[in-house]
Amino acid sequence: MGFITQHPVLVVSLVKIAVLLFIVMTALAYLTWLERKVIARIQSRWGPYNVGAHGLLQPLADGLKFLFKEDMTPPTSDRLVYLLAPFLALSLALTAIALIPFGPPSVRVLGQSVFIISDVDIGLLFLLSITSIGVYGVALAGWSSNSKYPLLGGLRSSAQMISYEVSLTISVVGVLLLAGSLSFNEIIEAQRGYWLHFIPRWHVVPQIVGFLCYITAAIAETNRIPFDLPEAETELVAGFHTEYSSFKFAMFFMAEYANMITVSCLATILFFGGWLSPFPDSWTWQIFLPGAGLVLLGAYCAYDTVINMRGIAQIQFLVVTLLALGGGAISLYPPVASVIQGPFWFTTKILAILFFYIWMRGTLPRFRYDQLMSFGWKLLLPVSLANLVITAFVIIWPLLRHG
Amino acid sequence: MSAIPISWYLVLSAVLFGLGVVAFVFKRNVITIFMSIELMLNAVNLAFVAFARARGALDGLVFVFFVIVVAAAEAAVGLAIVIMLAQHRESLNVERVNLLKL
Amino acid sequence: MSVPIIMFFACALLAVLGAVLLILAREPIHSALALVLVMMSLAVLYLLLGAPFVAAVQIIVYAGAIMVLFVFVIMLLNAGVEERTDFSKIAKWVGVPLGFFLLLVTAVYLLHSSIGTTIATGVGAANQAADTRELSQQLFRQYLFPFEATSILILIAILGALVLARKDE
Repeated sequence: MGFITQHPVLVVSLVKIAVLLFIVMTALAYLTWLERKVIARIQSRWGPYNVGAHGLLQPLADGLKFLFKEDMTPPTSDRLVYLLAPFLALSLALTAIALIPFGPPSVRVLGQSVFIISDVDIGLLFLLSITSIGVYGVALAGWSSNSKYPLLGGLRSSAQMISYEVSLTISVVGVLLLAGSLSFNEIIEAQRGYWLHFIPRWHVVPQIVGFLCYITAAIAETNRIPFDLPEAETELVAGFHTEYSSFKFAMFFMAEYANMITVSCLATILFFGGWLSPFPDSWTWQIFLPGAGLVLLGAYCAYDTVINMRGIAQIQFLVVTLLALGGGAISLYPPVASVIQGPFWFTTKILAILFFYIWMRGTLPRFRYDQLMSFGWKLLLPVSLANLVITAFVIIWPLLRHG
Repeated sequence: MSAIPISWYLVLSAVLFGLGVVAFVFKRNVITIFMSIELMLNAVNLAFVAFARARGALDGLVFVFFVIVVAAAEAAVGLAIVIMLAQHRESLNVERVNLLKL
Repeated sequence: MSVPIIMFFACALLAVLGAVLLILAREPIHSALALVLVMMSLAVLYLLLGAPFVAAVQIIVYAGAIMVLFVFVIMLLNAGVEERTDFSKIAKWVGVPLGFFLLLVTAVYLLHSSIGTTIATGVGAANQAADTRELSQQLFRQYLFPFEATSILILIAILGALVLARKDE
């Protein structure tokens, strides 16, 4: 006990890291489930529903499959670089999530904020630097596979990533000018307040062009449709991760989804107010929203369990129902409700952006590579630069007028 | 917060610079020679930042910024020359580039 | 044995290890990765010296763009050729020990000089946001002309690279 009170930073940080890692890994797994379900519904089919109730155990089955698959290594590859590439990709993707604030810094345990692992004054810059090193995982994977298609896929994919990274960075600078700081907490604090008493002062409203540039560049950075030519199955077999199997491929897979989560988190923090709620603070009933939502979900699951499920799926879904109702009951208790407000709104916004990502994947065709590159350099970069110049001009204008 | 004397950083910078010179002299691949130049520039950057902290002035950091930018421009042009070399001479060995005309 | 000293020695060791690997590696791609290791450990050293903005710029520009360019060129030119490093015997047996001796003299002088005993107070002392703000004020006021000159330099470099790397027609 004495150790905990003497080293609060170390102990609380370790606990936070363990909890966040667990949550992020589970979120990655269930993000794949969500993607398969949503795309299936867009394509008028069911998606996974066999493995567990509503296919909820499908990620577990996929994980076991990846662990037990035969691990093949191409014989003439560069062993060190071949093994390094997936580790690099996954560790960088997970490191980026450590900088993200999931809730207000005022919620503290033992003097350390609960929802933020590291509060760096130039957090935005560090997040961008981690994304910029992420190119190495892709390039080295393509190179070390010692085969035509991975090399081409790796080169194309990394060229695409470094091209769109410039537009990503420039579209973010507009927000930076409005907020006046590189720290995530200050950027979120700058989005408090309301115009006309009900429109939240989020940066998406004045920086709508910046947001559109950012989300386009982010989709290109994470190699998603419509920008996923380097890893499309019909084009380059599987691109830079063709020669990888079992766990190493799973690491690339997880790294891609972790990158998606990171850019969605960044979009919510920069443009959608982070953990701030869209309703004014005077509406005190809003703290019961998470609890009410969970209870409603539990009610739907109960209906589904009784009416539609049979056999072992019924038992599984009964467990899900009880979890949802229990979580809802706990969240309706006022002290708990006021604490989980921040993370609840943050998670809702991230889920909305991830749904948008998955929706894009189910709907749009993909760009050809030269179309992709000319779009990035000839359209997106000038538009984001123009956005930056106009934002700077609008901010400076009052100072220019009054001398 | 215990203190680290600036001289430790300067010695590290000298060691890295020396290793960069060794790599520059003893390597035969053009790209590796180029990378040793970047290593030397990095060592110098470390010395600049150390001195900037020692003096309490920010001029050293501004200079580091410019060194990084110039290194980027130099790398771009230098690698373009290396690509031309490789296309014309079919080899990246610097001993083969011994004629005045490409 | 406080944390800054451990961090310093760890990063210094990694940087020297990276530089030695750069010299000893047989393939250029391994040398490039060793150089990236050097740059990352130098970025952590800049953080220890209380210059977080420079550390971030080093990672974004140097390790994340320039070295990616090097890796691209190595991959494009398929520079997997092993090199013959048969340098002269005099250089090996006389030059390297002499170089070490010179380095030793420099190190001893530095460690005992007046600038050498100045203490670097590290991350906790400097105000990080103020560093970025003050740096940008210096950059855009006193050093405005060099800043604009480097932008023209980059433009010239882009044009030069485009012209040089074009295939002869």
